[in-house]
Amino acid sequence: MTAQTPNSFRNQPDERGHFGQFGGRYVAETLMPLILDLETEYRKAKADPEFQAQFDDLLEHYVGRPSPLYFAPRLTEELGGAQVWFKRDELNHTGAHKINNCIGQILLAMRMGKTRIIAETGAGQHGVATATVCARFGLPCVIYMGATDVERQQPNVFRMKLLGAEVIPVQAGAKTLKDAMNEALRDWVANVHDTFYIIGTAAGPHPYPELVRDFQSVIGREARAQMLSRTGRLPDILVAAIGGGSNAIGLFHPFLDDPTVRMLGVEAAGYGLDKDHAASLAGGRPGILHGNKTYLLQDDDGQIIEGHSISAGLDYPGIGPEHAWLKEMGRVDYTSVTDVEALDAFQLLCRTEGIIPALEPAHAIAAVKKIAPTLPKDTIILANLCGRGDKDIFTVAGHLGVTL
Amino acid sequence: MSARLSAAFAKGHPALVCFVTAGDPSPAATPAILDALVAGGADVIELGMPFTDPMADGPAIQAANLRALGAGTTTADILAIARDFRARHADVPLVLMGYANPMITRGADWFADAAAAAGVDGVICVDIPPEEDGELGPALRDRGISPIRLATPTTDAARFPAVLDGSSGFLYYVSVAGITGKQSAALASIEDAVARFKRTTDLPIVVGFGVRTPEQAGPIARVADGVVVGSAIVDLVAAHGAQAAEPVRALVAALAQAVHQARSVAA
Repeated sequence: MTAQTPNSFRNQPDERGHFGQFGGRYVAETLMPLILDLETEYRKAKADPEFQAQFDDLLEHYVGRPSPLYFAPRLTEELGGAQVWFKRDELNHTGAHKINNCIGQILLAMRMGKTRIIAETGAGQHGVATATVCARFGLPCVIYMGATDVERQQPNVFRMKLLGAEVIPVQAGAKTLKDAMNEALRDWVANVHDTFYIIGTAAGPHPYPELVRDFQSVIGREARAQMLSRTGRLPDILVAAIGGGSNAIGLFHPFLDDPTVRMLGVEAAGYGLDKDHAASLAGGRPGILHGNKTYLLQDDDGQIIEGHSISAGLDYPGIGPEHAWLKEMGRVDYTSVTDVEALDAFQLLCRTEGIIPALEPAHAIAAVKKIAPTLPKDTIILANLCGRGDKDIFTVAGHLGVTL
Repeated sequence: MSARLSAAFAKGHPALVCFVTAGDPSPAATPAILDALVAGGADVIELGMPFTDPMADGPAIQAANLRALGAGTTTADILAIARDFRARHADVPLVLMGYANPMITRGADWFADAAAAAGVDGVICVDIPPEEDGELGPALRDRGISPIRLATPTTDAARFPAVLDGSSGFLYYVSVAGITGKQSAALASIEDAVARFKRTTDLPIVVGFGVRTPEQAGPIARVADGVVVGSAIVDLVAAHGAQAAEPVRALVAALAQAVHQARSVAA
């Protein structure tokens, strides 16, 4: 541990929305009253059994939860060491963990009487999940997406449109996720009276990092109960990919106070940590962007540097503030994996288990591939398979030199 | 708070506050544009610190930020522009306006020291609300620099004291819920808001966002202590580049006439 160990790692943030020095509410004054309202309303919802029951019901009957806990026998054999298990969140409706959070937030939006939904998206998974819940509840939906991402994620753009969302390509900056988030914030300040912003990851101003984590924690709660019931014990190591970090915090949080459980977050090292990448913990330093203080890729003057990853979902120059805190506390270890390593892991899972993963969890699988051979056979690694790869087949084909 | 800022609001007429982005179109071109603001009659200068992610700004100022960064503008350049401005204009208040990350990246004390040494009178940080004042406010106040806060149409009576707490110089009323340079607010709503704030504070109240012409600025100056014009000036810089000084001076002169004489013109 690099800092004094607290009584619990699960009681963050404090009442001002801070995770140690991270998190907070760094937003323009126009948004402050709204995020204070959101916090009040979230506290009420959290304590309201009816809200929880509605959330649980939708997760079961609409999303398809609980997602399976799966032992991967051929991958385990191929790696020749620790047992590899997966939490199968790629089997959710819409194909990723993003929907868990969208269900929670749209219920909150309706509770607050908001009648219009906006969201940002990178790979398009969060945009699709948001468009999906908007269609389900009949609310108009505007999705901001960087023009570069619109180009490289055409199938998801079409999905969002089929679901009735308006997709606005953002031409500012590098035209990726960060710029889409800026544009969504600009929309929100101009439409605070009727609009709810469904943020897709465990970042942004308080209370977003907390509420996104809480909605995604269904992953870790299920996994913990499933592992105990299947094996009679807890896993030894949890592994999850990190862009903003919502699937990782969702898996990790329910285990944070289990001292025997180690955790590994996997950032995107892109072309390599000495080149363009999206590993803000490994290659960044603390700063303020998009409403929170956290590790950011930035230059000496505090100008933000564009992230790069083969995975559009990890291509963000920041990270959720709770991860920044968990890193500083030493409770979670963080590593990174390059584009090439992720592509190899993507193919490995296809071949050994008949599962086509998204490029995001392919980063987690690449990390598993490195550590499993070094560990004894009775060690249990549990990785979050947070999305399926249908959306990525064009990208992967391109990198493998195949024309579709 | 700074004597220069107090004096700017004690001239017997409403103040014209003018915004330009530092380093747009280049660090070398900014001093002449600042001189044009003063020559045109600006009472307070807001010098924008460019940032890669200007979330509260509309297309005009976003583009200015990118032009400035594209021209290689650094924090050191901005501070040099401020210091040289102070050497040329001993009495004109200069306020830095921008986003938190470039301000705190070397530590709040470093930034506040550098701003004080450059003769800066106030700092407007768009994304540090009162709730996060500790990030920068104490360092500024320790050095006699005014933290200038924003109030908006969403700032209600319950919240207003928190906005005032620790702020000085003037209060910047963002008259529309939105980003810079877009639509302007109805005069009646501005008048109501200013009257409401005046019941609680003696700080001068300056109104901005969406004010582009003398015809808009004059009526606002009748009900407020000052008017901010930004995007309209930035648009001229975009159109004329390094030759922007003269057109900027002409626009500012027309704005200054409308603002300074707003209360002597029969209502």
